[in-house]
Formats: sequence, structure tokens, C-alpha cells
Amino acid sequence: MELNDLYRDVILDHNRKPRNFGALEPADASVEGFNPLCGDRLTLRLKFSGDGIADIKFEGQGCAISTASASLMTEAVKGKTRAEALRLFDRVHRLLTDDAAPSDELGKLAALSGVREYPARVKCASLCWHTLASALKAEAPASLPAVSTE
Amino acid sequence: MNNTALADKPSGFDTNFDVEAVRRHFPILARRVHGKPLAYLDNGASAQRPTAVIQAVDDYERHHHANIHRGVHTLSQEATALYEAARDSLVRFINARSRTEIIFVRGTTEAINLVAQSYGRPSLKAGDEILITHLEHHANIVPWQLLCEQTGATLIVAPMDSRGQVHAEAVESLMSPRTRIFACAHVSNALGSVLPVRRLIAAAKARGIATLIDGAQAVPHMSVDVRELDCDFYAFSGHKMFGPTGIGVLYGREAVLERMPPWQGGGDMILAVSFAGTTYNNLPYKFEAGTPNISGAIGLGAAVEFLAGMDRETAHAHEGALLRHATATLTKIPKLRIVGTAEDKASLVSFVVGGVHPHDLGTILDADGIAVRTGHHCAMPVMEFFNLPATARASFAFYNTLEEIDRLAASIERAQKIFS
Repeated sequence: MELNDLYRDVILDHNRKPRNFGALEPADASVEGFNPLCGDRLTLRLKFSGDGIADIKFEGQGCAISTASASLMTEAVKGKTRAEALRLFDRVHRLLTDDAAPSDELGKLAALSGVREYPARVKCASLCWHTLASALKAEAPASLPAVSTE
Repeated sequence: MNNTALADKPSGFDTNFDVEAVRRHFPILARRVHGKPLAYLDNGASAQRPTAVIQAVDDYERHHHANIHRGVHTLSQEATALYEAARDSLVRFINARSRTEIIFVRGTTEAINLVAQSYGRPSLKAGDEILITHLEHHANIVPWQLLCEQTGATLIVAPMDSRGQVHAEAVESLMSPRTRIFACAHVSNALGSVLPVRRLIAAAKARGIATLIDGAQAVPHMSVDVRELDCDFYAFSGHKMFGPTGIGVLYGREAVLERMPPWQGGGDMILAVSFAGTTYNNLPYKFEAGTPNISGAIGLGAAVEFLAGMDRETAHAHEGALLRHATATLTKIPKLRIVGTAEDKASLVSFVVGGVHPHDLGTILDADGIAVRTGHHCAMPVMEFFNLPATARASFAFYNTLEEIDRLAASIERAQKIFS
């Protein structure tokens, strides 16, 4: 296990300068994610245009892995359809938990592949993705219960 | 049991504490993690076992295991004798009046739940109050919340100050004619603060309030004398005091335990059962339903004898030196803030580092072979008080060294570089 495989430059950069960080008003959907193990919390807000994600922003506090993962995620799914975003969720989930090699489709998200060597940290990286999936799968996304990784 | 290395140690000053000799009793301390020597600084979560404990459990499993209190055959008698000898060790260890006052449970959590349900539930009613403090572990909050839901009693929380100290006057001012139970930690697991329990117990007793002390973090660090404390209940866990997991002790004053109904029903807690009714067993068995954790109790007995073989004053002085060194060393690190700076503090340091989340810090320290706890330490109200989601906590035992603390500091600085 090498630390610089976990804390790659892309991760450190997105932790230092998270993209799409802040409020999004008015939002079509607002979902909260919570990791009770470490206290990470994030709020994800989305605007839809038809079936597509027109805009997405997040707020909250978390470790570098959780912040960078959320930042990378918002960049990756903005402009995608719900189905495309859910497919990406599935890809990332497999990247974090299986031995799946990063595919080209993942782009910068491939930087998260170092996390799977640290089982205690997988939830840090997946919190935002579970939160997004909950928002995308819901019938009435405006009134969703908080997502918990426990 | 071989305690020669401990018996040889000079006494008096912490600088003479032979920590290397003590470390040789703990085989796990010799292992490496990620190629680095293990620096185990997570004793507040669970301490390591000396060879004496490992061997006592191994010997029991290999030669003596059978069920206890019910066989006429040799193994059952041997197992019973070993289990009850462990109870005798615990009587001496905390200076209980007799073996009737030592109840084996799974741990501190179960002990507190037992008191809440067996002492509290039959005796409390709506309008009564249960008094705790702000710095309690969840295990000394939630059982009382459940009891409040069941009885209509109210949970009252005594404050702490910005250093993480609980002041006796503040607690005493909340003891009212409605207070039925006062429960608090002896030592805070998240902050290390030592509470003024003797004074608080005396104040509660003068008002006729039952007292429970959560001693999970105290027993590994200091000698505890339950008769001197004069509390009604004292709870602690085996694995935090160098014994096995899944075993702990509820000390209860005999006169109080006698009046309490059994908590769980089953085998071993009865004298006679018929469908017309059941006669409960005597203390302590009334509270030990079912086959207990026999090997755990035997291991805990060995841990107690190990501690009894040490000069605990010297060990305590060494832990004090570790705390002073850690406080001085960590304070020098820019952007590091120690959370919990009580005047009277056990040997642990909770801290946050600006720009480095505790979880990232924990991972980086682990890569350097250093084990610390990161998170809310099962004390979320404490984290909320300090407006923090989590802290890192280095908690020491007498087998830790000053050099391990220097490694901790160097690794924290490495983490700061990664995130700079």
C-alpha cells in the first residue's frame, strides 16, 4: 500500500479546491448524505432539464477522499442524463469494491481506484455517489430522507 | 504467572520505569505494520493482552473447558474453580466487600443497561430525574434515555466547561429532590478528563440518590477502590484493562443488588423452576443467566493479577510522563489544537489538525505503523459541544514510549505536508 496511490494529485487538488461547492437555489432536488462512522455530511442539490442533470452542487464537511470524490462526481455527471449518471455510479461502485480495472469511461474518476486498498475508507468515497443515486432514483426527489452509509 | 521483569523494576520515579521490560510481556507490540514497528496508541478503544492473559485463556481452552456450576465431572469442577477464582481476583482488585458484589457481564455497556433495567425500571416513575454529564460515552447516555422512555423520567445533563472539565458545584446544583440516579464517567473517553467522582458520589449519597460510575477508562490507569468511592455501582470492561473482549464487570453494593429483580431469566440464575413459579439464585448468580463467557472471565482474572503484580504507582507516573511529553510535543505543531485540556487528565490526547481531516490523518499515521482512533469516539454530544465532526485521539498505556510519541508528531507533520 502506497499513500501516494490513495492521495493522488487529482484527489489532493479536488480536496483543496472542490469544484461545484456551494449552494444551488432553487434546486429541483436536495438530498443529504451522512456517514455516522466518521461524521462526514454532505448536501447534494440538483437542477434537472428534462431527463438531464443541468446543474449540481454540494456542500458539507468531510475528509479529503469524501470531498474529492464529491467534487469529481459533480464534474462528471453535470450534463449527463439520469441513466448515464446511474451507469457511472455503478462503474464507480465497482471500481471501489471490485478489482475492476478503470475504464476510459471513468476519466478523472479513475483516481479513486487507490481507495479500494483501504477498506475503511471506501465509504468516504462512496457517500456522495449513494446520495446521488438516491436523488436520481426517487420519484419525488424534493422530499428525500437522508442517506446513510451505515 | 511470570512477573519477574515487573518485580525487578525500580520504583519511585517514572524515569526509572523499565518500559522495555514491560513491553516484553505484550507479544503484539513486537509486530510491524506496513513495514514499520507498531506504535499502538489506541488503548482507549482496546488495550493489548500480556502473555499471562493469552496463556491463561489458552490453558483453559486446552485443558479445562466444560460448563460451570453444573457438572460433577472433573473438567466442570476445574472450569468452575477457575471462573470463580477470577471473581475472587476482581474482589481484591477493586476492594469489593465480597464475591456477591462482582457480576460478570459482557462489558461496561451491558453493566449500565443491567442497572438501568433492573434497578431503574421498577423504581422510577414519571417526574423522576436521572442526572448524567455532557461528556458521557453513548453507553452512559442511551440506556438512560431508554429508561426515560419506559418510565416517563427525565434525563438531566450537567454541563462541562470549554476545557472539557465537569465541575462538582455545577453537577450538585442539578441534584434535585426528584433525582433518583446519578451516573457519570470516572474518566472521559473522548477528552481524558478525570471527574471529581468521590465528591459527586458523596453529594448524591447525602441526597439519597443512587450512583453509577462508568469506570471503563479509569480502571486501566488508576487503582480503584469501590468502598472508598462508596458508589452503588461501578462498571468496567475487560478489554480496556488488558483482558479479553466480551467480558466485563458490574460491581454493585450487595444491599442494593439484593433488592433488584433479575435482569435476564435463564439457566444459572435460578435455584428451582416450576410452572407455578421460580426461585432465583443468590448473588451474584441472580444476574448471570445462561452460560457465561468462561474463558473471558478467566482471562480477565489473569489481567487483574498481572496488574496487581505491577507497581501501579510507577506505571501511573510513566503514563503521566507520556501525557506531558505528548502535550508538549503536539502543542508545538502549527495548526494542531488539543481538544480537552482538563487539569486532571488521564493519559490521552484528543486533537484536530487544521487542513487535515481526522480520517485522512488516521490513514497516514497507519501507513507509518501508528494506530490512533479517529472519529466521534461514541461521544457525539462532546463533538457537538466543540463543534467538531471528529477528532484524532492518541490514548496511552504504560507500555507506550516517549519515542512512539515523537513518531506520532513526525507523522502528523508528514500529513500536513501532503495536504499543504
